[in-house]
Amino acid sequence: MSQIPAELKYVESHEWLRLEANGVVTVGITHHAQELLGDVVFVELPKVGAVLARDEQAGVVESVKAASDVYCPIAGEVVAVNEGLEAAPEQANEEPYGEGWFFQIKPANVADLDGLWTAEQYAKEIGA
Amino acid sequence: MNAPLNRTPLYDLHIKLGAKMVPFAGYEMPVQYPLGVLKEHLHTRAQAGLFDVSHMGQVKLIGKGAAAALESLVPVDIIDLPAGQQRYALFTDEHGGILDDLMVSNFGDDVLYVVVNAACKEQDIAHMRRHLAGQCEVVELTDRALLALQGPAAATVLARLAPAAAELTFMQNAQLELAGFACYVSRSGYTGEDGYEISVPSEHAAELARRLLAEAEVEAIGLGARDSLRLEAGLCLYGHDIDTGTTPIEGSLLWALSKNRRPGGERAGGYPGADVVARQLADGVAKKRVGFIVKDKVPVREGAEITDANGKLIGQVTSGGFGPSFAGPVGMGYVATEYAAVGTLLFATVRGKPVAIEVAKTPFVPQRYYRG
Repeated sequence: MSQIPAELKYVESHEWLRLEANGVVTVGITHHAQELLGDVVFVELPKVGAVLARDEQAGVVESVKAASDVYCPIAGEVVAVNEGLEAAPEQANEEPYGEGWFFQIKPANVADLDGLWTAEQYAKEIGA
Repeated sequence: MNAPLNRTPLYDLHIKLGAKMVPFAGYEMPVQYPLGVLKEHLHTRAQAGLFDVSHMGQVKLIGKGAAAALESLVPVDIIDLPAGQQRYALFTDEHGGILDDLMVSNFGDDVLYVVVNAACKEQDIAHMRRHLAGQCEVVELTDRALLALQGPAAATVLARLAPAAAELTFMQNAQLELAGFACYVSRSGYTGEDGYEISVPSEHAAELARRLLAEAEVEAIGLGARDSLRLEAGLCLYGHDIDTGTTPIEGSLLWALSKNRRPGGERAGGYPGADVVARQLADGVAKKRVGFIVKDKVPVREGAEITDANGKLIGQVTSGGFGPSFAGPVGMGYVATEYAAVGTLLFATVRGKPVAIEVAKTPFVPQRYYRG
């Protein structure tokens, strides 16, 4: 069964978002996404300072099988990337909502979060 | 392209084991089981993995003329292949291009047993029927499944079912009873590990597979790990690393050409494209297949362009990915011959960016064949 934490937001391209207390948004790929990918062996993360549009390519995640793009789920500026994930990409499988986060973004408009999918909507979309 | 997919006799077992099924060479095949590609790969190198390779073609060539006849299609010594031995071979075309790679076993009593790739089997069988007509019978064994048991524990496991299996050495074969079923067993495989390939009557294949999977050392392994295992072992995948656009010399498969079939040998030539191969042996080739390691962590995959330090296009990747046992990305591809020396530093283009690679010896992990 896919894990879909209730407190997070989701987008169709299988990234999750969490609004942190300091106003930045943490982004990762969902449990469902890592299940589809299989064992993650390499990640390419955006550059800190990059200004990304919604749905712009933000990085790459590669499993033993194939490479997939990671998209920016909300417009804003990248303020941090998870260097630990570059060193240990398997964390995207093991803790997709924890140590396996990808990057943090300062949203151009924090209200953009409101329009994104809730856990319930995401669960419905993936048939979980 | 919409033809219904074939199923192997193990289809129901794959579903029961929770396999993810994908279309492959006209068959619905397990790409992975719940264990996942990475762990399946590592398990095979640590203990033993069971693979369903029933999609491959199994053919018997029967008759006194079979060995001489088959020699007219491959640059390999078949006539002197001893009974109980298996040899790697290549079907070539009139340009020296590779039509398929195959395994040939001598079963004795004027019977050869041939295993060919799934995607090529119809074409291979037609090729043999066309060229071997009147010299031997070409009989496709549609009533047999094919399993591979690979890994350092394979011999211990198979010896529990048939002690004689442990006495075979690499590339030997025997007809053995396994779980009461008449099997063709060869000590060979496609992983670089010790192991066996087992031809079993289709109606008993699932039962034999269940018997093997019941052994503590054995896990079911899908095509995903089969590919990463063979890549680390430096073994070619037909249609990717070799095809009709590559000759055995360009494909760095000179080792597969028997000495007595090479120029100056007692049965030199006599196979399609022998003149091209002889000329390439004398004059050299413009491109060669090489292995490479990646100087970074990024997997370099099939289709990536290979350039020199000045950005000049000099080749292309034909297989590549993460090697779980090598613990890094590895690959193989064709480069202009002047760049083929081990240690040459080159670049592969990944998502528009140059990634440093180095031409390297294959296999990328030590072979562990059992040679007695």
